[in-house]
Amino acid sequence: MIHPTSLTAIIVFLVFAGAVLGISLYLGRRAKSASGYFAAGGNIHWAVNGIAFAGDYLSAASFLGICGMIAFYGYDGFLYSIGYLAGWIVALFIVAEPLKRLGRFTFADALDNKFNSRGIKLSAAISTLVVSCFYLIPQMVGAGALVQPLLGFPHYVGVLVVGAIVTVIVTTAGMVSTTWVQFIKGGILVILCAVITVMILMRGVTTKPTTADGQEVKIPGYGLVAADVTGAPGAVVLPEEGIWRNTPYVRVRNAAGVISVYRKEGDKLSETQTSRVRPDGRRFVNGLPRGKGEGEADLLPVGYASKLPGGVEKTGPLGPFDFLRTMQESEVILWRSDRFTEADGGVTTVYYQKPTAGTDFMAPGSSPTFQKVRSSKFFDKLDFLSLMLALFCGTASLPHILIRYYTVKDQISARKSTVVGIAAIGCFYVLTLFLGLGAMTSGALDVTDSNMAAPLLARSISELLFAVISAVAFTTVLGTVSGLIMAASGAVAHDLMSNVMKIPMDEFRKVAAAKVASLCVGVLAICLGILFSKMNVNFLVGWAFNIAASANLPSLIMLLFWKRTTKQGITSAIIVGMVSSLGWILMSAQAYKDVYGWNPADAIVPFSQPAIVTIPLGFLVLIVVSLMTRRAGTEPAPATAK
Amino acid sequence: MVDFKNPVQKEQEDAAVIAHNSRIGLSLFAVYTAIYGGFMALSAFWPQLMSEPFLGGVNLAVIYGFVLIATALVVALIYVKLCRKF
Repeated sequence: MIHPTSLTAIIVFLVFAGAVLGISLYLGRRAKSASGYFAAGGNIHWAVNGIAFAGDYLSAASFLGICGMIAFYGYDGFLYSIGYLAGWIVALFIVAEPLKRLGRFTFADALDNKFNSRGIKLSAAISTLVVSCFYLIPQMVGAGALVQPLLGFPHYVGVLVVGAIVTVIVTTAGMVSTTWVQFIKGGILVILCAVITVMILMRGVTTKPTTADGQEVKIPGYGLVAADVTGAPGAVVLPEEGIWRNTPYVRVRNAAGVISVYRKEGDKLSETQTSRVRPDGRRFVNGLPRGKGEGEADLLPVGYASKLPGGVEKTGPLGPFDFLRTMQESEVILWRSDRFTEADGGVTTVYYQKPTAGTDFMAPGSSPTFQKVRSSKFFDKLDFLSLMLALFCGTASLPHILIRYYTVKDQISARKSTVVGIAAIGCFYVLTLFLGLGAMTSGALDVTDSNMAAPLLARSISELLFAVISAVAFTTVLGTVSGLIMAASGAVAHDLMSNVMKIPMDEFRKVAAAKVASLCVGVLAICLGILFSKMNVNFLVGWAFNIAASANLPSLIMLLFWKRTTKQGITSAIIVGMVSSLGWILMSAQAYKDVYGWNPADAIVPFSQPAIVTIPLGFLVLIVVSLMTRRAGTEPAPATAK
Repeated sequence: MVDFKNPVQKEQEDAAVIAHNSRIGLSLFAVYTAIYGGFMALSAFWPQLMSEPFLGGVNLAVIYGFVLIATALVVALIYVKLCRKF
């Protein structure tokens, strides 16, 4: 779809970006020491830190990805919400306080607290860098995807703008400005989502959605009598040749010479939308050149209920539970696609209507990602279980979340700020279900891009709301990316340079080194964001969670709860967890399909999400290596958490 | 000012307090993990059951999801309440 550039959106965006930069530069003058730079001097109030947790955690994937997934497939997107939140329980009960007690600036500090081992520092720093980079890619890709329709710039400009702003935030004031940016963004995001949810409930559900300025959304025909379509004056049914052979599609050329594609549903026909990219790059939509002008066409916005309970056309305002029940008892037109590559290299994508009952899309297994839970084979279900396990265990192992525990003054504050974080994040995730379902029936969805569901939902309500939510989504990316770059620069300057390579650095030089590291990571993030621009955002985040959980969680937990853990055990668990999960992902069906463009059926590993195998493997390696090295005469690790 | 040559500073906390808090944390963690495990098992092995109306016409999948989110906050608050500070 071509999204019109919105002047309001550009102004609101500039105000947001300017405010964020202003705060950073102001606070930057106050953060001179290393402790000030890496951990905001441990002086952040617990309530501010709690909301900053939300700002840090609610990334572009949470906001854009989950809403989009719910809008396109239903309940399955909400599974991510549940998993992402549940992970905080591991963070609060297992990790938060010991980490605060043991560490100073970074995750490696805490792991290495009892051993003073270069092996641990090196492996923990590398795992921090790998996870941060994997998490950075989807954020940068999301930023580019957002800027494209919002400001009318190409994808790479969005990535560059985010990269530049974030690098300024991080290099000026480190953790202080990062925290405040995240606090502001976390607060605004939750409040704004609550406001939109109220508006969705006030609007209710309708079979005839309208745009913000009151125009009725055009609804493509479904279940048309075939003779009416093919027998229209001047209409000619084209023969089934080339890519159209043995497909459920019928091509009809009308009197004006425009070719439309219909999908056969029994003896009825339904309208589809087609998008064709010719080998020379020219794009055609529904048989006409793509564009907004005369003789041109663009994909139609979609998303509406086809049947409501009681056969009504409009429900009127609904309560939260009534809204969910209405969705469950309705039938909604969801859109699916078929992709054909032509002999000359051109690609045609057909988007077709799929009326789906609420009882179907409101239960697990309605999306391609999770559909296998409805299969009867046990192996098929492992993918789902493994992802839910990775989400549960991954949160407490994410480096940018872990470093936030060093910005408060003590364990009590760490505990309280986690509770505030859980409250804010929990509210947000409950709202995602309403936002997603609201977008599903907003009449504003772009069939080609699920990431745009939330901003387009806002546009269906009002242009100003669209502008604000797009700007907030953009600051969402800024907040998370700055947290990640902080974590990565800490790993480079504090762990690698100062502790592993033993480069002697005073406070001033250490902060300078971290700033140079931030700059490098920022540039790397920009490159990766441009390189991976075609990848699915939420999917990449799933990978980051898998790697984080596999590499970091076993050593973190065993260090705290098993007295016989040795430094060799920790080092090898981190390396094995990281390498095995990364390797598994690179050999999975999804990587075959999305990264290499190979046949997913040839994939070596049986399912895509490694956590269910690689987390236990990390524990096993740690235990075996610890027992072996202990017997060899290594001094036992003293008790830590007990 | 932080001096990098110094060993990491430990906060002064009583071992008994830490043990007490850690015990509470682990018990609450076990409770939540059991509820989360129940959700995973139901979704994976009885997806049909999840699509049945459960409360006020809303299905079990949605209600269980909301319960998981609400329970996270409830156990977190219980934890803060029960933890000893000194």
